[in-house]
Amino acid sequence: MSAPGLRPDLALIAAQVPAGARVLDIGCGDGTLMAALRDAKATDVRGLEIDPANVAAAMERGLAVVQGDADRDLADYPDDAFDIAILSQTLQTSRRPDRVVDELLRIAPRAFVSFPNFAHWRVRLALLWGGRMPVTRLLPVAWYETPNIHHVTVSDFRDLVAAKNIAVEGAWYLNGDKPTSDAAASWRAEHAIFLIARG
Amino acid sequence: MLRSALTRLPHPLSPAQAMATRLQPVRHNQVELDRPLPLDSGAVLARPTIAYECYGPLNEARDNVILICHALTMDQYVASTHPVTGKPGWWSKVVRPGGVIDTDRYHVVCANVIGSCLGSSGPASIDPATGVPFAMTFPVVTIGDMARAQAMLLDQLGIARLHAVIGGSMGGMQALTWAAHYPDRVDRALIIASAARHSAQNIAFHEVGRQAIMADPDWQGGDYYASGRVPVKGLSVARMAAHITYLSEAGLTEKFGRQLQDREAKTFGFDADFQVESYLRHQGISFVDRFDANSYLYITRAMDYFDLADPHGGRLADAFRQSPVRFGLVSFDSDWLYPTSESRRIVQALHAAGAQASFVELSSPFGHDAFLLDSPEMWRLMAGFIEAGR
Repeated sequence: MSAPGLRPDLALIAAQVPAGARVLDIGCGDGTLMAALRDAKATDVRGLEIDPANVAAAMERGLAVVQGDADRDLADYPDDAFDIAILSQTLQTSRRPDRVVDELLRIAPRAFVSFPNFAHWRVRLALLWGGRMPVTRLLPVAWYETPNIHHVTVSDFRDLVAAKNIAVEGAWYLNGDKPTSDAAASWRAEHAIFLIARG
Repeated sequence: MLRSALTRLPHPLSPAQAMATRLQPVRHNQVELDRPLPLDSGAVLARPTIAYECYGPLNEARDNVILICHALTMDQYVASTHPVTGKPGWWSKVVRPGGVIDTDRYHVVCANVIGSCLGSSGPASIDPATGVPFAMTFPVVTIGDMARAQAMLLDQLGIARLHAVIGGSMGGMQALTWAAHYPDRVDRALIIASAARHSAQNIAFHEVGRQAIMADPDWQGGDYYASGRVPVKGLSVARMAAHITYLSEAGLTEKFGRQLQDREAKTFGFDADFQVESYLRHQGISFVDRFDANSYLYITRAMDYFDLADPHGGRLADAFRQSPVRFGLVSFDSDWLYPTSESRRIVQALHAAGAQASFVELSSPFGHDAFLLDSPEMWRLMAGFIEAGR
């Protein structure tokens, strides 16, 4: 993995981004991935982040980050402004994930999308046996205060991109920081990372 | 070193001028520009004077220069004692050795804008053609003219490039203008609590201020300098109205509420019963001691004329096409004078132009004035922005 200390899904994305690419990191947080891309790959990387404290922290690191909301502010970017868009752990917090995906592939020909898989077996068990919205390692917040308003599963996302005629160029599934196979992903993946491209 | 090689004008204010205004005759660091200054109006100022302050060492490579642009009623005394009020520089907590803008490492330049009254040529200056103050014969200037005058000053100081240009409010407009007009001279531009154009509301408030000045009989068509009378009331009222726009309702409520001024009960008259009235009157009257009424007219006009998109058919992005400048924008959530939406509009244009932009809206109860107040959050990101890639 390219940068030590990166969250496993970010490390995986960082390893896939070609050197020198123009990258937009949506939901870039405090700029950890951006800094890794800048330092290791000399990418021209820009960020969009909703939380002002995170934006300030990223600016303090000398990163070009704009405060904004993926649902509303992606419209400000011109077509093909970037080579790669990255949407990590943000899809499930957006009001219209389908439109956000459309915007990603308008801004860039390729996009990485990562999200917590709501069909992971712990989540299924929590619902099946507990009858309550699950609180797990990756979904640590109770239903009433979670920012995740559109829970999505690996199968849901596969269906969405199929319906939109979007190509999947790669998919990675993580259980903790260990990879999981395609076939087992629906049950065993805590995290899914898709590399999608215009169909 | 460099500065000693330049023409220094020993006493900028002539005795006549000193007598004519309530402004104290004070010495400023000044140079006379060695070329005429062409103005956006088509007029030309033959040999304007620019007053400026600098702080910190200029390095051998001359690549450690930061230009700070001041706001409407501010001045070049960004980090040194104001010669009239005796108050510390308006950003002395930011611009200092070891500070956010570190004068141990950067050479900071701040020039009084053209049209102002702290040593740069303006309506109170003597017109060499007549030997009396220009007053309203001074040509109308623009934000672009202010930046052009600064660029000519830097030429004369032997400074080709800026590591950063930084400004809040009207200073932000100049910083934006620098980035748009001189992209090859600017590495990065930090624009705080500002806008790329003056809105109808901005123009409206300025017009109230100008009308207050011009309605004062002591204004005398602007020709008050020799009369011994200055439009104290008009300028005070202009300042009072403007000062409200720099604050926020929450800030005013917190500071004053409905508290009475040095009294137990309302007087059923029109004295300053409320603390907020007393405060505003003080703001108004003390302003007259440090600012020229005609300069206030000219500078507010310059701001009203400001619209960076105007020469581009309204497409702001075209002002920044292929810009190599790194842009940083900061707005404050309680600033209703230059609200966040104006900063966002700039960010949108920068995205469309493919320029590198950072933007954050900070939270503050203090309205537009927040950029001048203690804001550790703003200071940290300023420092990060200034240091990035250096």
